[in-house]
Amino acid sequence: MFEQIIFYSFGTMLLLSALMVISVRNPVYAALFLVLAFFSTSAIWLLLRAEFLAIVLVLVYVGAVMVLFLFVVMMLDINLARLRAGFMRYLPAGALVALVLAASMVLVVGGEGFNEIRESGLAERGPAYSNTAELGEALFTAYLYPLEIAGAILLVAIIAAIALTQRAKRETKAQNPDAQVAVRRQDRVRLVKMSSERDSE
Amino acid sequence: MLTLSHFLILAAVLFCISIAGIFINRKNVLLLLMCIELMLLAVNINFVAFSHFLGDIHGQVFVFFILTVAAAESAIGLAILVVLFRNRDTINVEDLDSMKG
Repeated sequence: MFEQIIFYSFGTMLLLSALMVISVRNPVYAALFLVLAFFSTSAIWLLLRAEFLAIVLVLVYVGAVMVLFLFVVMMLDINLARLRAGFMRYLPAGALVALVLAASMVLVVGGEGFNEIRESGLAERGPAYSNTAELGEALFTAYLYPLEIAGAILLVAIIAAIALTQRAKRETKAQNPDAQVAVRRQDRVRLVKMSSERDSE
Repeated sequence: MLTLSHFLILAAVLFCISIAGIFINRKNVLLLLMCIELMLLAVNINFVAFSHFLGDIHGQVFVFFILTVAAAESAIGLAILVVLFRNRDTINVEDLDSMKG
């Protein structure tokens, strides 16, 4: 009973905040409602005994990604009226597509087949069971190479983001290979004719 | 009693809301990025639910990697957005027609 209360309250909060994300006028409010959506999802993941991922969601998404979103929203001086121009025009089509898709997906996943999968395994373990420990064990044994690749992807993302947004002129001293290859002998060497002199001693 | 279907239906509805968001906010690149984040979140809910109900940790490992890639994607997307706004003074999709697409 307690689980159901948690599920329904946070699920409603998640769906309402998602609706607000796509419908509010101001992008700052949209970003803040997205934060609320991440928080409710994290509560639902706690209900599913995925503590580590729930905390990672709050730390990484709410702490880093959404702050990045908010920074960008506030840095850009957007003309909101023009961006909202087609809102009402596309609303019927978008709502229709979403409703049809939702109906078909709910018919599939709400059927009897999925209900037969009862809680097993993870749910039956005792209080000494640690989700974080088991996840770490899987990550550092079976998924070691993917983990390294994930680290490399993050590094590439850092470098790409910095390289894209770097505005200042390059101040490092570097060679210009183009000019070096194109240089001619007469640009560098000058032969001078002059009369020989005797050393005055 | 909560069953697997509860969580799957929640994720499906969330996914459809974000699809509707992509339809109605098709001019604003920033909101498009936010809707993509919501879609990834819906998929992650599915992964975690299956992982819990089947008693298999590998679904959660997959969520971990999806989170990593999504964070990298949004960082690069926002960097591109900032450069775009600096060069064109707009993030309206309809103004970005220099490639005649």
